[in-house]
Amino acid sequence: MIVELGHYALVLGFALALAQMLVPFVGLRNNDARFIAVAPSLSIVVFIAISIAFAALTWAYVVSDFSVKNVWENSFSTKPLLYKFTGVWGNHEGSMLLWVLILALFGALVAIFGNNLPPRLKAGVLATQGTITAAFTAFLLLTSNPFIRLVPAPIEGRDLNPILQDIGLAIHPPLLYLGYVGFSICFSFAITALIEGRIDAAWARWVRPWTLTAWLFLTAGISMGSYWAYYELGWGGWWFWDPVENASFMPWLIGTALLHSALVMEKREAMKVWTILLSILAFSFALLGTFLVRSGVLTSVHSFATDPTRGLFILAILIAFIGGALILFGLRASTLRNGGMFHPISREGALVLNNLFLTTATATVFVGTLYPLFIEALFGEKISVGEPYFNMTFGPLMIPLLIAVPFGPFLAWKRGNLYGAFERLWVAAGLSLLVALVFAYVLYQAPILASFGIALAFWLIFGAIADIWAKAGLPKAKPAVAWARLKGLPRSSWGTALAHAGVGITTLGIVSVTTFEQETVLTMAPGETTQFVGYDMRFDSLEARQGPNFVYDHAVFTISKEGQTIGVVEPENRVYVASRMPTTEAGIMTMVFNQYYVSLGNKIEGTDQIVVRVWWKPMVTLIWWGTVFMTIGGVVSLSDRRLRIGAPKKIKPRRVDVVVGGPAQ
Amino acid sequence: MTRKQKRSVVIFGALGVLALAVALVLSALGEQVTFFRTPSDLMAGSEDNSGRMRLGGLVVVGSVDNSAGNQVKFSVEDVNHEIEVVYAGILPDLFREGQGIIAEGTLSADGIFLADTVLAKHDETYMPREVAESLKEQGFWKGDEQQ
Repeated sequence: MIVELGHYALVLGFALALAQMLVPFVGLRNNDARFIAVAPSLSIVVFIAISIAFAALTWAYVVSDFSVKNVWENSFSTKPLLYKFTGVWGNHEGSMLLWVLILALFGALVAIFGNNLPPRLKAGVLATQGTITAAFTAFLLLTSNPFIRLVPAPIEGRDLNPILQDIGLAIHPPLLYLGYVGFSICFSFAITALIEGRIDAAWARWVRPWTLTAWLFLTAGISMGSYWAYYELGWGGWWFWDPVENASFMPWLIGTALLHSALVMEKREAMKVWTILLSILAFSFALLGTFLVRSGVLTSVHSFATDPTRGLFILAILIAFIGGALILFGLRASTLRNGGMFHPISREGALVLNNLFLTTATATVFVGTLYPLFIEALFGEKISVGEPYFNMTFGPLMIPLLIAVPFGPFLAWKRGNLYGAFERLWVAAGLSLLVALVFAYVLYQAPILASFGIALAFWLIFGAIADIWAKAGLPKAKPAVAWARLKGLPRSSWGTALAHAGVGITTLGIVSVTTFEQETVLTMAPGETTQFVGYDMRFDSLEARQGPNFVYDHAVFTISKEGQTIGVVEPENRVYVASRMPTTEAGIMTMVFNQYYVSLGNKIEGTDQIVVRVWWKPMVTLIWWGTVFMTIGGVVSLSDRRLRIGAPKKIKPRRVDVVVGGPAQ
Repeated sequence: MTRKQKRSVVIFGALGVLALAVALVLSALGEQVTFFRTPSDLMAGSEDNSGRMRLGGLVVVGSVDNSAGNQVKFSVEDVNHEIEVVYAGILPDLFREGQGIIAEGTLSADGIFLADTVLAKHDETYMPREVAESLKEQGFWKGDEQQ
């Protein structure tokens, strides 16, 4: 009964989403205020309907109702409760339902918090959002219905893919989807601006917080996915340039570019057309990602199901939305008048440079991801494009960008002074070179490229500190004055500094782990001790144990240095009962930022030996700590009064920061 | 600087970065693309088999030999041929005899495939798409009932 209710709610959601699309559009066309005013309530009702559908499916999972095909395929009666919840989106149908739920959620958020939006803009945004919701709800109902029943009902389910039975599934997909789907709002704003042929600073004021919201969720989601793959897959890698990873990375890159171009638009009313294009592209890449993951055209750990009709359906949605948006852009973009000009050396110029490199880098990732498909379709030759390609293309494009990052905040709007910026940054530059020399060359005898990478990372970190330092008026200002200035700094300045420092921290982790990582594969029997990177690793025990829905071999290793025990790692090899699928749980010991990573291989038959693979990962956790900084930077910036959602539109006089020589950002 | 000059700085800058990116992409695609080969392709020797490639096929039942400890030997077959693979590392969880896998590495002069990566994806019914298609082409597909 509840399942049917959910099914009904989903159909209702589809019908209401159609209304959410049609009614406001008709209203906009005929300039009928009554039709326009319907949009907010409709989008809230659509959200409620889809929430009911989602709750019904969740209920079916929690009570293990195996008469529902989707539950039977992806659940098991003794599966821990947490995974019954998260299992809802651990499969194709459920994850698409979550996708649609978040889509409707964003529509409802605009409806609720968009009180001071001009009514026509609001209605246009919600109608576009309704169009997307309707398309994807139709996709769910026609090709991926999660509410299909089985008669007779099986008594036991087939269990969730064991790799997904992890806390990571509770966090990674919802965060990622909040990011992906969040860009739909920017898309809807862009479409409305094009239809209305009007775009102003108020528009940018509205788009920026939404971009920021989507961006910070996407950042956290990608980072979480990376850490999950790192500890769960047992391969010790944190990024594989897998097509699906690229699919989430491309919207992130474009989203980052959009974040910066929207800033120019808000402050200077320049780069309007470009910002609109980026808003369209960010969501287009999110749609492309959905297509790549869901259609199964690419070999990946993420493709749950391969069904050609689904792929075609999403491809049709993709072409309709991206194609439609780009045609609209081509027709209407010229009606938007561009704003102020600027000198190439200026804040705007720096942000253009940022956009240039980010979009070009996105293009290289795009080519690398789709080239195999293209070659196969044209020549029938099967190829793969892996890490070396991305290192050769994406890497070199990131270097000039990262070098330029600290300069940006020091350049004034309109016309900046590069020499002046460098005058404030030379301490940061000197310090980072010094750190790189000491750390890399003296300590590790590192190759020159790694030293450069470390210098770059510290340049970003010190550059961000120098930014705040200079804004406080240090070192000239008295401490009390500096403190007052720091307290008075707009939160977005802190956000910028935190996020830029975060990029540096992540870079440091990446450089360190790719250069200094060590790895060994050996066979060990319980009782044996081995030496690795200066630590003694004793294999204490290996025993078979019973988990809730799996059996596993549990190994215990004690790590010690010079007789002092430092820690214990407990890697496992599991075999899940229902699916007979094995998984590896890596044993990881974190020492400050370094990790000692142990994963078990197969047993050597006829002996008590087992293959053990051990990694030393120096500074590896900095990769994720950096993304934590970026995310916090995003949150801090979002909490800025100027951007707070629903804050009254009060235009404060521009504060002129004498020390920086330009308006505070 | 005039308005026109400012604009041309931005445009030429953009063209410069684009040209750099195109150059990087073209050179990387020229050097870094990995071709997919079946054991029959390798035996036929008609293609250029130097450099890195991906070898796909079914793991021959009974061929897996991990007595050497940190090195695993196994054979990969398609309909007509099989080829020996040597891999130093831990095999993925779903590596099984009789199942489709992809090994990435190089072919040594004596015809043994030296793999540095072995892929077997995390799904019980999973058959790497490239392997499934090459087997289908050879009329050796037996995977449909597994779906």
